[in-house]
Amino acid sequence: MTLPTARAEGLILCETCGLVCDPGDRPDPHCPRCGAALHVRKVDSIKRTWALLIAAAILYVPANLLPVMVTYTLFNTSRDTIMSGIVYFWKSGSPDLAILIFAVSIFIPLAKILCMVLLLVAAQYGVDRGLRQRALMFRVIEFVGRWSMLDIFVITMTVGMVRFRSLATIDAGPGAAAFGAVVVLTMIAAHTFDPRLIWDRSEKKS
Amino acid sequence: MPKPLPALIACPHCDALYRRPTLGPGERARCARCNAPLYRESIRLDPDHLLALVIAAAITLVIANVSPVVRLSAGGITHSASLIGSIGILWQEGRALTAMLAFATTIGFPVAELAAFTVLLVLIRRKPGSPLVAALLRGIQMVRPWGMTEVFMLGIVVALVKISHTAQVVPGVALFAFAALTILLTVIISYDLKALWALRPLPEADP
Ligand SMILES: [Zn+2]
Ligand SMILES: [Zn+2]
Repeated sequence: MTLPTARAEGLILCETCGLVCDPGDRPDPHCPRCGAALHVRKVDSIKRTWALLIAAAILYVPANLLPVMVTYTLFNTSRDTIMSGIVYFWKSGSPDLAILIFAVSIFIPLAKILCMVLLLVAAQYGVDRGLRQRALMFRVIEFVGRWSMLDIFVITMTVGMVRFRSLATIDAGPGAAAFGAVVVLTMIAAHTFDPRLIWDRSEKKS
Repeated sequence: MPKPLPALIACPHCDALYRRPTLGPGERARCARCNAPLYRESIRLDPDHLLALVIAAAITLVIANVSPVVRLSAGGITHSASLIGSIGILWQEGRALTAMLAFATTIGFPVAELAAFTVLLVLIRRKPGSPLVAALLRGIQMVRPWGMTEVFMLGIVVALVKISHTAQVVPGVALFAFAALTILLTVIISYDLKALWALRPLPEADP
């Protein structure tokens, strides 16, 4: 089934308000309803997405190796990474929470980076198999990414709540900032990637 | 000015072009090529109902932020913690980046969205064509993905389970306020902003 596309008809969809516009042959057109600049595709989508993903992949390492939480008690100081926090939940009788945190903090960011790389490479080489599957993959990535912030909130509330001066205090570690940056960078990457690129090259071939 | 073609609709995910179908209440249109949802008809919520929800959410948000989330006791010491207080502690201890991230996603962006939404919904009935309406709508769209109240709600629950191993936990008012806020924001966000854009008059196409 071949459907007409906006680009093939010389039309542009306004990213901001969703209005389909006919730019004619004007240079640098702007949307008549909301005033946003009209682009056939997101500007420099592939380049920008690559840059953000590479930055996220690099920060993923300190996010997992550095402590995200430091606990001071009368007797000792213990440093927890994301993984050791998960192990703690597992051992202390909450395997369900251990699985949840593993999924949102370790699995989702990594899977997101790998899937985005796959989408980029496939779009750059104009792969025309599995188009619908890749479209679905992108929508899932877009939807699921925000849940990776879970651990940042757990850390914030634990640090803020546990203030028993004589017994224990908890501080956030440098890993927390790195982890937060990974989540933010991958969310921006999903935003700069233009999913229409999945379909563009395959269209030209047929 | 480029010519507006409101009778057409293009899929933002794959660029397929369609004639805009007429939908019944509650129905949604999906793209035949990539299966992405195109738009839905949310008849049950008109801008006035939405305004009431937004104001309710704003009040709930204030309660959620200033009142204590929990009261903890361990070894004879009791103290309570609010969200703002917890973020303040992160900040004081030099965790500026983490504190800012938590502040922006739980307080900053939701407050900005609700404030902008209130002004927008009042204004859009009187002057749908005003440039301020466009600016507010654009601002809301930009800020929306970064408000994460529902994720934060789950975060508190996990933190409480964790702490309950070492201290006694009594849930505070804010915990219930956050639960209510999560529900209110879910309803507000389910409203398609494209429907508000569509209230703006289109300029005459130039000859
Ligand atoms: Zn527009
Ligand atoms: Zn589509």
